[in-house]
Amino acid sequence: MTLLQLEDVSVTYRTADGPVPAVRGVSLELEAGSTLGIAGESGSGKSTVAATVLRLNPASATVTGRVLLDGEDVLGMNFGRLRAVRWAEASIVFQGALHSLNPLQKIGRQVAEPVLLHGQADTRRGADAMTRELLGQVGLPPRLASSYPHQLSGGQKQRVMIAMALACGPRLIIADEPTTALDVMVQAQVLDLLTALVHDLGVGLVVISHDLSVLGTTCDRLAVMYAGRVVEEGPSADVLDRARHPYTRALSAAYPTIGDPAARFAPRGLPGDPPWPGDLPAGCPFHPRCPEAVDVCRTEDVRLRPAAPGHQAACVHVAAEVTG
Amino acid sequence: MNSRPVLEAAGLSTSFRARGGRVARAVDGVDLELGRGEIVALVGESGCGKTTLARTLLGLERPSAGQVLVGGVPLRYDGRALKAFRRRVQLVLQDPTGSLNPRHTVYEAVAEGLRVHGVAGDEQQRVVDALSRVGMRPAERYFLRYPHELSGGQRQRVVIAGALVLEPEVLVADEPVSSLDASVRGEILALLLQLRDELGLSVLVVTHDLGLAWNIADRIAVMYLGRIVESGPTEQVLADPSHPYTRALLSVVPESHHLEPVVLAGEPPDPTRMPAGCRFHPRCPQLASGEAAAAGVDGECRAGSLPVLPASKEHAAACFLSAARQGMLTD
Ligand SMILES: Nc1ncnc2c1ncn2[C@@H]1O[C@H](COP(=O)(O)OP(=O)(O)OP(=O)(O)O)[C@@H](O)[C@H]1O
Ligand SMILES: Nc1ncnc2c1ncn2[C@@H]1O[C@H](COP(=O)(O)OP(=O)(O)OP(=O)(O)O)[C@@H](O)[C@H]1O
Ligand code: SF4
Ligand SMILES: [Mg+2]
Ligand SMILES: [Mg+2]
Repeated sequence: MTLLQLEDVSVTYRTADGPVPAVRGVSLELEAGSTLGIAGESGSGKSTVAATVLRLNPASATVTGRVLLDGEDVLGMNFGRLRAVRWAEASIVFQGALHSLNPLQKIGRQVAEPVLLHGQADTRRGADAMTRELLGQVGLPPRLASSYPHQLSGGQKQRVMIAMALACGPRLIIADEPTTALDVMVQAQVLDLLTALVHDLGVGLVVISHDLSVLGTTCDRLAVMYAGRVVEEGPSADVLDRARHPYTRALSAAYPTIGDPAARFAPRGLPGDPPWPGDLPAGCPFHPRCPEAVDVCRTEDVRLRPAAPGHQAACVHVAAEVTG
Repeated sequence: MNSRPVLEAAGLSTSFRARGGRVARAVDGVDLELGRGEIVALVGESGCGKTTLARTLLGLERPSAGQVLVGGVPLRYDGRALKAFRRRVQLVLQDPTGSLNPRHTVYEAVAEGLRVHGVAGDEQQRVVDALSRVGMRPAERYFLRYPHELSGGQRQRVVIAGALVLEPEVLVADEPVSSLDASVRGEILALLLQLRDELGLSVLVVTHDLGLAWNIADRIAVMYLGRIVESGPTEQVLADPSHPYTRALLSVVPESHHLEPVVLAGEPPDPTRMPAGCRFHPRCPQLASGEAAAAGVDGECRAGSLPVLPASKEHAAACFLSAARQGMLTD
């Protein structure tokens, strides 16, 4: 059975300035033992999707659609069942979660806590041993167990958060920007670690990142979001090397190649304003910034269509006759 | 006075008291200069002391040795001097969530600096300009939002807007764009270049993103375990790295294909226990492979003393092996 399935999920926030439709009809799937990457514009709804999987949205959010975890609808669960799921089955490493570390408590205590709570160890000594093992797994020396959070660098704290997410042996891990604060060396190590969990333990992994090169090396499949929607989805290699949506192509082009004289003192962005979720343009939401827009893009609200086997994109230039 | 670097570290060290009465020498003898209108990238592995160096340069940590110089004048740590300094030198912190007050709206967050420093003029117009520059447009629509109502990248842009609104001379930015997608990233980097060209802004940018350095930095300084181990013009350091650590760093960048990837083994370095000799020697691939021994410097790598790399614009590395090779070239 599919480990995680999102069906037509929409999330709208109430704000002082009116409703913000942050996620608009997202459908995604993840099998156990595989990795799905979510990339996309800042503000396109990636973290909102992550929160919805465990129903961790704030009270100001209205959620519709279905989120199936092993076939069971998370949105319909009672609170007791939800809590059990959050403990034992799935965990999220939140973006910027470094702040949820308690500044007054030693790192070791904080990692040991979920270990004890979830019954992974019965005694404090057993929990301590497991804590050291977890810290080792994320490449941290065991001596850091006796440090306080302010004594750690940003990257070290990020790895503590990953160690805590691993503590309860979850079957699904959602990592929101897990390597943003990490240097390339540690980034390579953390991604290797997450990938090993997927292969060895059959964990399902969702990695959210704005960095396509990070996702490309880790993920089986890749979804690209823009303005609350998935605009392209398919096998990683296809999405990266044969992108069909102009936004995906713009994202790949914006990363410089070191040594390329054309990129020296010439950072490339995407011209135009990011979309305002409360006030989206008619037609394709990307058309005001799209270098390949044609007349019909201003009026037709294009949805995902097959671009190649197992690969879909939401762009009028994707020939409608291909069926996948 | 104008010829002096705007911001300078001279023999700078910052230590912390760590567990068991030991001392963590997070920054341990750094000479670094930031010239007017110059963009310098400070790169290096997690925990090597980049944030501590940035915080010390801003007067947020007191150095345990050495000095911070501002336009050639030692930084004074009394309240008034620091306040004047902080208007001219702005900091963008690594973690946007921690630097925004959860009870302040976007407008208040950006306007706060203007109020603290009693800047006259049209406050609202300045806030609009700053937000628009960082790609939050239309700016007015974000005014009343609270940090928890923003995405991670939007929060980071508010922090950058709050720094730019004061029109500082120097910006010290700790991973300013690492939480931003490529399109906004490009826009903000372009903005930094533009401010440098138009207003002579100087920028010290802490980053692990070597592509960012290639995009905007005039010079790169590579840090390892509290020291600068290599520095020089960006083209030279990235095209022809001398220090084995810089080579390893470049080799794991997905965009660089010409180097064989070297994932460093060994325990991550611990600033409470500085290795003797070259600080990198326990993990150095060139020492392990016997290259250093072939050049006859392996003894020095393990036990010799490496001088602090001087603040200079020339390409230089603190490494016995590269020094020996240089010597062979010039002899
Ligand atoms: N609690 C909230 N109230 C109102 N609006 C919100 C709230 N949380 C998020 N938003 C808005 O919803 C949109 C999607 O936010 P989300 O955090 O999901 O984006 P993201 O794709 O994760 O972005 P980033 O890459 O910057 O982290 C943004 O426009 C954001 O401003
Ligand atoms: N207040 C403190 N007390 C004790 N040790 C500290 C303190 N602050 C930092 N350290 C230690 O000093 C070293 C340097 O930390 P710093 O935050 O400067 O690293 P960094 O280079 O910015 O790393 P990152 O890239 O992960 O942010 C680390 O080993 C850290 O554990
Ligand atoms: S000095 Fe020796 S140990 Fe240090 S980087 Fe150079 S070759 Fe390696
Ligand atoms: Mg996010
Ligand atoms: Mg740091």
